[in-house]
Amino acid sequence: MQGSLRWRVILIIIVLILGMIYALPSVPGIESSGLTKILPDNKINLGLDLKGGIHLTLGVDVQKAIENSLAQMGQDIRSEAREENILVLRPRVLQEGKLQFLLLKKEQQKPLEDLLEQKFSHLKIESRESLGQGKVKYVLSLTPKYKEHLTRLTLDQAIKTIRNRIDQFGVAEPDIRRQEGNRIQVQLPGLDDPQRAIKIIGKTAHLEFKLVDDEADIQKALKGILPPGRELAFIYKKMPDGTMSKQPIVLRKEVVLTGEYITDANTAFDSYGRAYVSLSFNNRGARIFERVTGENVKKRLAIVLDGKVYSAPVIQEKISGGRASITGHFTTEEAHDLAIVLRAGSLPAPVHIMEERSVGPSLGQESIEKGVFSALIGGAVVLIFMIIYYGFAGVIADIALLFNILLIMAGLAGFGATLTLPGIAGIILTIGMAVDANVLIFERIREELRRGLSPRAAIDEGFGRATLTILDANVTTIIAAIILYQFGTGPIRGFAVTLTLGILASMFTAIFVSRAFFDLWLARRKAGTTLSI
Amino acid sequence: MGLQIIRPDTDFDFIGLRKWAFLLSGLFILVGVLSLLIQGGPKYGIDFAGGVIVQVKFDQSIDVKELRQALKEANLPGLVIQRFGDKKDNEYLLRTSAGKLSAEKIRIMVEEQLKKNLSGKNFDIQRLEMVGPKVGADLRARALEAMFYAVLLIAIYISGRFEQRWMVAAIMAGGLALGVYVLKLLAMPMSVLIIAAMLITLVLCWYLKLNYALGAVLALIHDVLITIGIFSLLNKEFDLTIVAALLTIIGYSLNDTIIVFDRIRENLRAKISSSLARTINVSINQTLSRTLLTSGTTLVVVVCLFLFGGGVIHDFAFALLVGIVVGTYSSIYVASPILLGFKESPAKN
Repeated sequence: MQGSLRWRVILIIIVLILGMIYALPSVPGIESSGLTKILPDNKINLGLDLKGGIHLTLGVDVQKAIENSLAQMGQDIRSEAREENILVLRPRVLQEGKLQFLLLKKEQQKPLEDLLEQKFSHLKIESRESLGQGKVKYVLSLTPKYKEHLTRLTLDQAIKTIRNRIDQFGVAEPDIRRQEGNRIQVQLPGLDDPQRAIKIIGKTAHLEFKLVDDEADIQKALKGILPPGRELAFIYKKMPDGTMSKQPIVLRKEVVLTGEYITDANTAFDSYGRAYVSLSFNNRGARIFERVTGENVKKRLAIVLDGKVYSAPVIQEKISGGRASITGHFTTEEAHDLAIVLRAGSLPAPVHIMEERSVGPSLGQESIEKGVFSALIGGAVVLIFMIIYYGFAGVIADIALLFNILLIMAGLAGFGATLTLPGIAGIILTIGMAVDANVLIFERIREELRRGLSPRAAIDEGFGRATLTILDANVTTIIAAIILYQFGTGPIRGFAVTLTLGILASMFTAIFVSRAFFDLWLARRKAGTTLSI
Repeated sequence: MGLQIIRPDTDFDFIGLRKWAFLLSGLFILVGVLSLLIQGGPKYGIDFAGGVIVQVKFDQSIDVKELRQALKEANLPGLVIQRFGDKKDNEYLLRTSAGKLSAEKIRIMVEEQLKKNLSGKNFDIQRLEMVGPKVGADLRARALEAMFYAVLLIAIYISGRFEQRWMVAAIMAGGLALGVYVLKLLAMPMSVLIIAAMLITLVLCWYLKLNYALGAVLALIHDVLITIGIFSLLNKEFDLTIVAALLTIIGYSLNDTIIVFDRIRENLRAKISSSLARTINVSINQTLSRTLLTSGTTLVVVVCLFLFGGGVIHDFAFALLVGIVVGTYSSIYVASPILLGFKESPAKN
């Protein structure tokens, strides 16, 4: 007994020291002391609800990416077919994510389908329908495997782009992860301007250059009558009074250059001090830009971002060197943010915000203070009650309880778990629950003492009989906590974590540690002393 | 020996009072369920219903009327203004059903209107939450799923644990899994699955003569129903944290039940009385002090959380408060007396 007691005490001291080492870095004020050099770096992470920040769930419109990809394939099929003298007409994307086109000559079905099989293996033919005059209508769709691949690719690229943008915006420790159902979760701690961050993250930033058709009749176009290959768009201008004006313009549908060739984008100022965004293209982009501007001198070139025309300047001369600029009455901040977005690249598909939760830093601080205050009051009441009710044994239970709280803190820091507001509630709850184990043991010991057992025998019985009951009673709470962890969102998970940690720690402190204290007392007591319980 | 709240020779006639207790519980459950039916189901918070909430803190006092007047022009759809936390905090919760507006639009609108119409009063938007309809529906489904698995796992655990018959528990688990699988094939909604899982559990417990498990599960259902009923009566909202509280109650209120049941079994083995009713009553009395003490210490900290924890955690603490009180009551008055409902004595099992 004596030998085993020594080992138990040594084990308890080791756990105590480890607990302190892990818990200490999270104690406020410790950073400035010299202790940090020897302590681990892991501090308790505070959740967004305590630290302040924003939590976003973004839905990625993968369907749109699929449609874009189909539209591109439609164009490719037409041009590839033309090279083999097969005439394919009017490729267009149907609503349910299918590609439709017409084959002009029925007898070319075989060569066309060979071509499709060879070069467009991602597509499968859904139906072919003879329309008379030798025309055949084809409907194609993506193979499920490619669709899946495209979905993954789209999400990966979206995450990469968003991460890029956030990094350039300058947020410390962002957390960006993919979620089920084509969703992306973004967590940005400690942000004071959520609106701006959301604008930067959510912008598709699909940049296109298109030629303007100034000969088209604007009035007719507004009524929906457009020459083939043309589209109606609007130039948005910010008026001096802050309102937006909308001016119609007719564009050629064909995209002459896109933002994918951009290598750099920066804010710059013209001679009047107005901000604009200057762009640099890579070699390929520069060559295309040179050719397009050279062929279209004196015509207007529209700069279209996410379907809105920012400006449509007249091409004065051939532009070589691969530089362009976007003007549009920006504030410096707007120009800066647009430059970030263009630099980081466009999103492969539009995203929309499905969930947004932002907490200001002051509320988080208030929550911490209130949580700590209720923990202190609750803890004090429990500690005092245990001493009054159980005397010496109560002191042991109190030591076990304090030890338990230390272990929860150390566990949170050591495992890199996140402490949330419900997590603090979990710790408070644990304070109440952890002493339950001691109450059960002590009540049993009292019962055994009443039956006339000696203190030693009563302690043996008490711990022996109550331990199994305590284990069982705790299992059900842990089952509930595990389920909460599995199904809960961030803050709730924090609750599940602290509750589980607290219960596990209480099994060690309330059973093992307090037993060791009783055994120490038994070993030193003079014969005949009664147990204060 | 230190203080004693419950003297060792205490002998309340709990079993004798069981009819009254059942009546009281039944009444509570009935009123709660009626309130739910009248209000057309539980009142969802934004986690489940979707929408936008904006928490605004002012630097001086302002009343709801004034605030509503100030926000009139913004025309926020279905705007509800509630005071949040203590009166001296000057904090308000604005809730609207976003409609087509983005959360940031609403933030800007609220800021503009308050600045314009309440000059001289400074304010700070402390919290803004927007949950889209799709996310709301997902969270609802997930919460139900969590409740479902909690009922399932705990039912299996206690049927094995109380009877020490894990084979029977395995049969029970199999039966439950099969029943739920069939219902899932029929594409039943999650709420139906939960009720079905509970009913299957109860029927299986009855059929397999898992008396203790039956008592424990009925006590759990009792606790959760009463807590939900009280929330509905007080017109409080259900959100994710309330579901977390309910699950915690399920886990915690079993503790007391387990302690009483263990003692009943111990006393049955020791054959302290030939009457089952007497044995149960003695057991409840013997464990009464620890039942009250364990719940008491937990209740004390939850009361502190309820009083001082701040607005965000207030309803969560309230749910725990109700759940712990009801759970303690049910392990004395509901779970154990149910054992008597069987004609055969559980001792013969």
